[in-house]
Amino acid sequence: MNTVNRAMAACLLAAGLLAAPAQAEPLKVGFVYVGPIGDHGWTYQHDQGRLAVEEAFGDQVETSYVENVPEGADADRVIAQLAETGHDLIFTTSFGYMNPTIRVAELYPDVRFEHATGYKQADNVATYSARFYEGRHVAGLLAGSVTESNVIGYIASFPIPEVVRGINATFLAARSVNPDVSFKIVWVSTWFDPGKEGDAAKALIDQGADVILQHTDSPAALQVAQDRGVWAVGQASNMTAFGSDAHLVSVVNNWAAYYLRRVQSALDGSWGTSDTWGGFGADMLVLSAYNEAIPADVVEMAEAARSAIAEGSLHPFTGPIHDQEGNLLVAVGEVADDGMLLGMSVYVEGIDATLPQ
Amino acid sequence: MALRFEARGAASRAMVLGSPAIAVVLTLAASLVMFASLGTDPVRALQAFFIQPLSSERGVAELMVKATPLVLIALGLSMGFRANVWNIGAEGQLTLGALAGGGLALALYGYESPFLLPLMFVAGIAGGMAWAAIPAFLKTRFNTNEILTSLMLVYVAILLLSYLIHGPWRDPDGFNFPESRLFHDSARVPVLLQGTRLHIGWPIALAITATTWILLARHIIGFQIRVVGLAPAAASFAGFSRTRIIWTTLLAGGGAAGLAGVMEVAGPIGQIVPVISPGYGFTAIIVAFLGRLQPVGVVFAGLLMALTYLGGEYAQITMNLPNAVTGVFQGMLLFFLLASDILIRYRVRFVP
Amino acid sequence: MTIDFLVAALMTIITASTPLVFAAVGEIVAERSGVLNLGVEGMMIVGAIGAFATGIITGDPVLAVLAGAASGALMAFIFGCLTLWLLSNQVATGLALTIFGIGLSALLGHQFVGVTLAGLPRLDIPGITDLPFIGPLLFGHDALVYLSVVSVIAVAWFLRHTRAGLALRAVGENHDAAHSIGYPVILIRLLAVLFGGAMAGLGGACLSLAYTPLWIENMTAGRGWIALALVVFASWRPWRAFFGAYLFGGITIIQLHAQGLGVAIPSQILSMLPYIATIVVLVLISRDDVRMRFNAPACLGRSFHATG
Repeated sequence: MNTVNRAMAACLLAAGLLAAPAQAEPLKVGFVYVGPIGDHGWTYQHDQGRLAVEEAFGDQVETSYVENVPEGADADRVIAQLAETGHDLIFTTSFGYMNPTIRVAELYPDVRFEHATGYKQADNVATYSARFYEGRHVAGLLAGSVTESNVIGYIASFPIPEVVRGINATFLAARSVNPDVSFKIVWVSTWFDPGKEGDAAKALIDQGADVILQHTDSPAALQVAQDRGVWAVGQASNMTAFGSDAHLVSVVNNWAAYYLRRVQSALDGSWGTSDTWGGFGADMLVLSAYNEAIPADVVEMAEAARSAIAEGSLHPFTGPIHDQEGNLLVAVGEVADDGMLLGMSVYVEGIDATLPQ
Repeated sequence: MALRFEARGAASRAMVLGSPAIAVVLTLAASLVMFASLGTDPVRALQAFFIQPLSSERGVAELMVKATPLVLIALGLSMGFRANVWNIGAEGQLTLGALAGGGLALALYGYESPFLLPLMFVAGIAGGMAWAAIPAFLKTRFNTNEILTSLMLVYVAILLLSYLIHGPWRDPDGFNFPESRLFHDSARVPVLLQGTRLHIGWPIALAITATTWILLARHIIGFQIRVVGLAPAAASFAGFSRTRIIWTTLLAGGGAAGLAGVMEVAGPIGQIVPVISPGYGFTAIIVAFLGRLQPVGVVFAGLLMALTYLGGEYAQITMNLPNAVTGVFQGMLLFFLLASDILIRYRVRFVP
Repeated sequence: MTIDFLVAALMTIITASTPLVFAAVGEIVAERSGVLNLGVEGMMIVGAIGAFATGIITGDPVLAVLAGAASGALMAFIFGCLTLWLLSNQVATGLALTIFGIGLSALLGHQFVGVTLAGLPRLDIPGITDLPFIGPLLFGHDALVYLSVVSVIAVAWFLRHTRAGLALRAVGENHDAAHSIGYPVILIRLLAVLFGGAMAGLGGACLSLAYTPLWIENMTAGRGWIALALVVFASWRPWRAFFGAYLFGGITIIQLHAQGLGVAIPSQILSMLPYIATIVVLVLISRDDVRMRFNAPACLGRSFHATG
């Protein structure tokens, strides 16, 4: 697209925004989901965010969604359909929608797009994600404190930086409170298969783990933990109901915090492209209630860590951190920069496993 | 009073066209009930399913984009199905085609040449054929059931894709996310209609349709396929090689699926991603039967099937109907279409 | 490796395999009557939500299990009407049934997402279940595990030793001949299909009541397809399907354990193992040409219409 077109688009955009307060037309907000809303995990939490937008803005907005959109050739079409049907702000909520979102955004310069968990922005494409590793730090502190066998089981999906970062964050935190702790990691090659996740949890427990952590979507592992009398941490949504005795805490993805802000800025005309990576501080991650059976001093420590992270006085990746081969990743007193976190694909020192590549 | 079906002497020409019409009317009636019971306006819902997707040039182009892989795969499969060769692993063959063709694009990244894309097509077809050759070999050599082997190989292919894309084939500048580089321009399928995604895959699919039609109607192999399917005993009596038919039909199906796969990655997707096909290989089986295993029928069936996907998306966007409704609606439509085919070969008699 | 560890791993394998046993044995009966129903995944998922919803609403595990079977049978009834009476193509109708079932289950299950159910109770005989090794393995399961074993025994006996079983096999081998000696071909096939559906529904009930007692959309995650593969793998014999299911479950669980023990092979390669193993075993079995032909029902997938 040439500069003239781009300038014209910008003018149109500005004119549209200036006219916005006068018109009674509601702002149409569209969401593209990778799974079904009924997954009780990733997509479910995004939809909770959509419902929060409807609740908060009432007649000012109109929301719609398309669920189960495959991350292949179909994504472009669905995103474009939302743009065609008059949506002003479109959230695409999975990494695989990155290039489709960028492509469609070029065709619809006056529509605003928001892509979750990717790294490509444009004038009308903002990106957002949550610092899930902050939640995993708290999970690691709890796991390291409550374990008696000193073996922590981790159910992982695919060896991508997001998952590796989560394992490292959990491990560093667990080691910081319990130097004897070791990790067993099982890769299940799926984000979502309740049966397989449950089987992985059983395998880990059989091998001595007494705390189960997961980077997959379903509450099956927590149910197994409940059944076997070990601990587990809920992922993405509040999973307390699925195993109230085993459940240490759930780290909940609170997309509503972000969606409310962005819809507000679209309504008042201040929307601009940005790259948001928010955690506890931005309320994009929240914790459920802690299990009452956890010793009070452990809860106190976890809460202290949570608020320190929220204020910015604590970073889960504070040096010295080495990788498994002893190379220095983060120097003493330094904290990891976002670029390094984003591409993290080695285990930190002390994890006794090989990262599948 | 009871209902009975009596065989017609010959297939009814009127019902060849009439039975789909009856099916559509029945689906409309049943969906009126379904939408009304869900508390949605049935007229608006049907409009979203069937009219809205076609109300713009872009919509029609998208319909063809979506139908291209379905038609291609179903063409290949229908040849096998006619000869009672049950390749249900087209999904895996598609994946291998995409990996072979796409792998070539990655290996020759930045290499500008008009020959690159045709080479990728050849690689894609070869990849699909290679994957289909496994069940063909096991079937002809060890008499192993091809339904099972081709199905198992789907899972193996998808896991292979997953391994490659989470490991060696990742974009070197992509922060280790599971996606390959975006293919460069000469590895991309050219777009036919500016402003849409309609690419040369659709005319290619139509050309293959015509070729298949001629092959089946006029060529000896078409005759052999029909005889092997209809009367295996007569075929072996006539000296037709069952082995040859198995190899031919499986390779044709695998090649077509492989081509569909490479056209997806080099066309609308433009890179290798963890999910290349949302189950085209399985949906195409339905398309093949909806099209009554006839090349021309397959084209119409592919378009209809594609329309229900697009319509399902519109129903979600404009009416907030959950995706589950699309599944139920598709299922009903397919049930009626498949069931009404009986009217071609049988007439209904009311017996008092 | 201790005994406890072995027992625990075997227990996991048994739970993981039971849904497959139900679905595969049910499909064997349908296929032995000559009907190929590829809609197992759809029947399983509807069985799963039927059982789970009933479990939540009534709180009665017995009713829940029955509802799972009934839901699967209802789905099979649609399939039976279409393929047996209206002579639609079995392969395509089965695939359509799966699309329909996944949609229907999601629609019905909408209000049950995030709800929990106490799992099925496990057998616990004081003194006996506590015996080392044998105790938990033989006497520590929920009722569905025992039911699955009973169903294998019953189906194997039914097919081999009863007149009705003989009739069913005759219909599957040569429907024209069976018809001419007076067997009600369509009725027999309909009953076989309904049984297959009820068993697939029980497999689904296993998933949503015992294996992972919850409802999530698409929770069957492809197990219906595995069950179909097991049928052919077992060359249409119930006991072989039973062992096949345990072998498949076993390889899946063992690869998870291997990872926990630090075996560093890419997980995708490990996940391929069950599928490749299935192909290899199948090749070994089917090399015996004559026996294979003998086992596969000759009329599998072919429609029957009585003339005259």
